[in-house]
Amino acid sequence: MAGPVVAVVGAGQAGFQAASSLRQEGFAGRVVLIGDEPGLPYQRPPLSKSYLAGESGIEELWLRPEPFYQKQEIELLTGEAATAIDRPGRSLRLASGGAIECDHVVLATGARCRALPVPGADLDGVLPLRTLVDADMLRERLVEAHDVVVVGAGFIGLEFAAVAIAAGAAVHIIEVTHQPMGRVVSAQTSRFFTEAHRRWGATISLGTGVARILGDGRSATAVETSDGRVLPGDLVLICIGVVPNAELARDAGLATDNGIVVDEYLATADPAISAIGDCANFPTRFAATGQAGGLTGHGRVRLESVQNGVDQAREVAARIAGKRVAPYDKVPWFWSDQRDLKLQIAGITVGHDQAVLRGEPESSSFSVFCFAGDRLIGVESVNRPADHIIARRLLAVSDPRLTPAQAADESYDLKAHMGRR
Amino acid sequence: MPSITYVHPDGSRQVLDVPIGTSIMRGAILNSVDGIVAECGGEMMCATCHVYVDEPDLNRMPPQSDDEKAMLEFTASERKPNSRLSCQLVVTPEMDGVVVYLPESQV
Repeated sequence: MAGPVVAVVGAGQAGFQAASSLRQEGFAGRVVLIGDEPGLPYQRPPLSKSYLAGESGIEELWLRPEPFYQKQEIELLTGEAATAIDRPGRSLRLASGGAIECDHVVLATGARCRALPVPGADLDGVLPLRTLVDADMLRERLVEAHDVVVVGAGFIGLEFAAVAIAAGAAVHIIEVTHQPMGRVVSAQTSRFFTEAHRRWGATISLGTGVARILGDGRSATAVETSDGRVLPGDLVLICIGVVPNAELARDAGLATDNGIVVDEYLATADPAISAIGDCANFPTRFAATGQAGGLTGHGRVRLESVQNGVDQAREVAARIAGKRVAPYDKVPWFWSDQRDLKLQIAGITVGHDQAVLRGEPESSSFSVFCFAGDRLIGVESVNRPADHIIARRLLAVSDPRLTPAQAADESYDLKAHMGRR
Repeated sequence: MPSITYVHPDGSRQVLDVPIGTSIMRGAILNSVDGIVAECGGEMMCATCHVYVDEPDLNRMPPQSDDEKAMLEFTASERKPNSRLSCQLVVTPEMDGVVVYLPESQV
């Protein structure tokens, strides 16, 4: 195939989307999609939810079946890693020894689990959860596990805990901060989920770290906490966040700072190299800058979500295909399923200075509207999809002009408010 | 296996055998039907698996949940009375022969 060549590094949700969107945008050159995991590109969210619980199979994880890649003329290289970007030579070096000459590199390298640097972390039964291999291992171990210790109460840890409890294990969640999911949700939402997990039967220790993991020489048997307690644990999940895979960019001389630094078009300082998804640190009006009074409009953020990966992939694919594109400006959204609670988040609520409730947490159906100054910056909804959808629409406009009092008043019609905007 | 017909905006039709218990969305994905995006994988977060169910087939569809009703507000193409999210349409033996129309756009 003649014409330009695009190499997409990383075959997760973002990389897959970049490759397929290039075709949708009419890109006629060569598209190579390189992933270091074996097998077809798949979705990660179910790995800590339905797939982990055994409610869905591998076919439901696949983003597309194998013939799709042939039909779309996407060269899929799985079990292959890119080891270096040769910028002057316009090529990408591969672990298997070859190289791909390419006109554009899209880095969708994702992130990897942060390791817990304590003695015993290498014992059998101490596991991460990020990949299909991880999930398969955990699924198998959950059948036998009696005492599960979950280290880190983020989305993944809490989703895993909900599944583990349902599988019949005793679950102890330990979290070094005092606020589960505190990196992404308000204090109200955090408290609500903490109480829910306790109600479901988990023990939760907040403000608690891990001193070491104890074992019988081979397998983990317990976790010794920072405050000296010994918690039995034959299965220990380590989910204390991720580290962005930015080395390829850094080694190529590109700026990295909590991810690969890109501009509002998701390009690095080298216009032939873009970065998207979990590995990309990008400027956005949705990120609070930390200055008093809330948003100034040019904060930077790195987001770990399906929406972010997919929307950024579309932006970059359109640009590479020669379309005129506007700066990337999609409303971020996230979700988490924990037993019968569906948490949906629109916008980025970190940095809010006022949070108002709409609905009653006691009813397990409510939203928290988060404001910075008088400006709505994000909405967390629990079992309240209508609020979530309207929030996505409200946040898409530059100033939703919704007041905290209006948000808190359930008789105030948000849809009509949107119509007036 | 029940047969489901997917009609593209240009009028072309794809007839697929979709296993019982599989959604009309997943049936499309596994057969690379253009026009179903399904970026959230069936979690009712994205509304990119929107279809119009052929009117006579509507009564063979499962009822709409509140989540689905809310998400249908977010479709890229016009929401009509026969709009559904195909991830919620899990195929049953009674759905054999159902026809769904794909919208002009999903994103």
